[in-house]
Amino acid sequence: MAIRRLEIAAALILALAGSAQAEGRYGLGRPASEAEIAAWNIDIDREGKKLPAGSGSVAHGREVFGAQCASCHGEKGEGGLGDKLVGGKGTLASAKPVKTVGSYWPYAPTLFDYVHRAMPMNAPQSLSNDDVYAVVGYLLNLNGLVADDAVLDAHSLSAVRMPNRDGFVPDPRPDVR
Amino acid sequence: MTNPGDVGHGRDEADGETVSPSRRRFLSRGTALVGGAMAGGLAAETALADDPNGPPHIPEWMKAPGADTGAQPYGTPSPFEKHVVKNIPKSLKQYTSASVRTPLQDLDGIITPNGLFYERHHGGVPEIDPAQHRLMVHGLVERPLVLTMDDIRRFPSESHVYFLECSGNPDFKAIHAGKTASDLVGLVSCAEWTGVRLKTVLEEAGLKPGAKWVVAEGADAAALTRSIPIEKCLDDALLVYSQNGERLRPQQGYPLRVFLPGFEGNMSVKWLRRLNVTDEPAYSREETSKYTDLMPDGTARQFTFMMEAKSIITRPSGTQRVGRGFNEITGIAWSGRGKIARVEVSVDDGKTWQDAGLQAPVLNKALTRFRLPWSWTGEPVIIQSRATDETGYVQPSFDALTKARGMNSFYHDNAVIPWRIAVSGEVSNGYPKA
Ligand code: HEC
Repeated sequence: MAIRRLEIAAALILALAGSAQAEGRYGLGRPASEAEIAAWNIDIDREGKKLPAGSGSVAHGREVFGAQCASCHGEKGEGGLGDKLVGGKGTLASAKPVKTVGSYWPYAPTLFDYVHRAMPMNAPQSLSNDDVYAVVGYLLNLNGLVADDAVLDAHSLSAVRMPNRDGFVPDPRPDVR
Repeated sequence: MTNPGDVGHGRDEADGETVSPSRRRFLSRGTALVGGAMAGGLAAETALADDPNGPPHIPEWMKAPGADTGAQPYGTPSPFEKHVVKNIPKSLKQYTSASVRTPLQDLDGIITPNGLFYERHHGGVPEIDPAQHRLMVHGLVERPLVLTMDDIRRFPSESHVYFLECSGNPDFKAIHAGKTASDLVGLVSCAEWTGVRLKTVLEEAGLKPGAKWVVAEGADAAALTRSIPIEKCLDDALLVYSQNGERLRPQQGYPLRVFLPGFEGNMSVKWLRRLNVTDEPAYSREETSKYTDLMPDGTARQFTFMMEAKSIITRPSGTQRVGRGFNEITGIAWSGRGKIARVEVSVDDGKTWQDAGLQAPVLNKALTRFRLPWSWTGEPVIIQSRATDETGYVQPSFDALTKARGMNSFYHDNAVIPWRIAVSGEVSNGYPKA
């Protein structure tokens, strides 16, 4: 009898020590492996530190754009079913601001992030990293931000300084009383 | 592209075949009525005016048993309410990244029925098998985790009534165009949400020092990404799986979404699949190119999370008609900063204001129903409401708002909304035409 009780007590102590509750946790879920995280984490920071390997030329980007993007964004990114992607420089303080990749986007690496995760709208995450570099390069070229013969990769894309980089300010609200 | 007709009719999907017995009965009853009236040589209108189911007649629906109990495995509104549907804009260029609105003027109380909740998606509505859905928590955490929906539902749960509002509700430039309350501010809805505190899940993974933001990503075709400040994550932020007692609707992020009380709707990332704990925001497209507020000087306000206090009269409101004599003025008020403290109503174009009654419960960051008894003399008038929240913030006029922000900031228009009542009793948008 006494031995049995002892066993139960010992088992209880073990269970308590082993339970996540004892550490203020619930012990739910399982560990995510490095490989799993690498496969799912597609976030690219504004400085481009997380940009992947690969590269693409403006010339190749023109082809990718024509085949995969122009149907919605127009041959030269002038817009259609999808947003206008080109122009609008110098309009932000006017009565009719035109917000585009060239006039409004603050960072070039986050353009890679968005095109990679969400475009082409009918088949997101279908482009190779090389094709994303190329088509992003073409968009920057259409906006006069990289040369016709430019080749974009993690290094050169991070180096592109977008015209509206310093255009954003913190929220001062409540601003109307 | 999705057919516009497919976007908002959750109700019809739920209908399915099962509704047909009662629907058939209803339809045949209608035919009988019209046929009978014609045979008797009476205009259908006269027959109806005779009040065939009013006194002294015995109502037709009392003379035979009604539809079978359980004829609808998932109940739907009366066929006579068919017109109460989401406000779906016609002929948009595409319906993958678009929005549809709650018919605020047709609803009572503070809870939005799940089938009428507003929708705003950026990559359509995915159909996700909850058994296969995974949430990954990683970044600046001690123990990166993969959680199943079963895991998430095992955490301690909480329920709260909160409003959710899109920050473009409406565009500053669209205020003259809106005809109904829904056209103007139908991108707000309110529900009881159930889920686990985001803080609980983050603590399960263990936050590392330097954790300042949590980047949330959806499992939709836009892989929509927003950055949430850690203070909000550790405060009242939730991961929710239920809405008004049942599992989230697909349009609301089934099987799991972030819910950030009082913050702009876009941040409450739907179909949540990943939480990346970081030391800085992602500066994603939805927090740079979009959801930033352009000022007249060409700079844009960024991370404008708070949904400031707002209200609207929903009855009488645009396209409705009032009769002389007694009318109850009623509407909704809400604030992302907390509870509604006061709603004032003016029935004389803003010259004088009187306090409306607030219907209990007045809840934190939820819609609050207000009411004012009123008698219409038949004179043309402009009626409007103005909310004050518990922080003392007062809903501004459109003039005051645009004086501070110009006309191009698009997001966060919370101005007072006037309704014009004409001699005919017809109610229309009361903003002076531009
Ligand atoms: C099926 C139509 C379609 C196709 C094809 C398409 N897009 Fe888009 N694109 C859109 C729509 C619609 C939006 C706006 C999405 C939103 O606001 O949620 C958009 C948005 C964008 C934006 C963001 C614009 C901004 O200023 O915020 C970029 C950049 C973009 N697309 C690039 C591309 C590229 C590059 C391709 C080809 C690889 C492509 N798109 C293919 C429809 C399309």
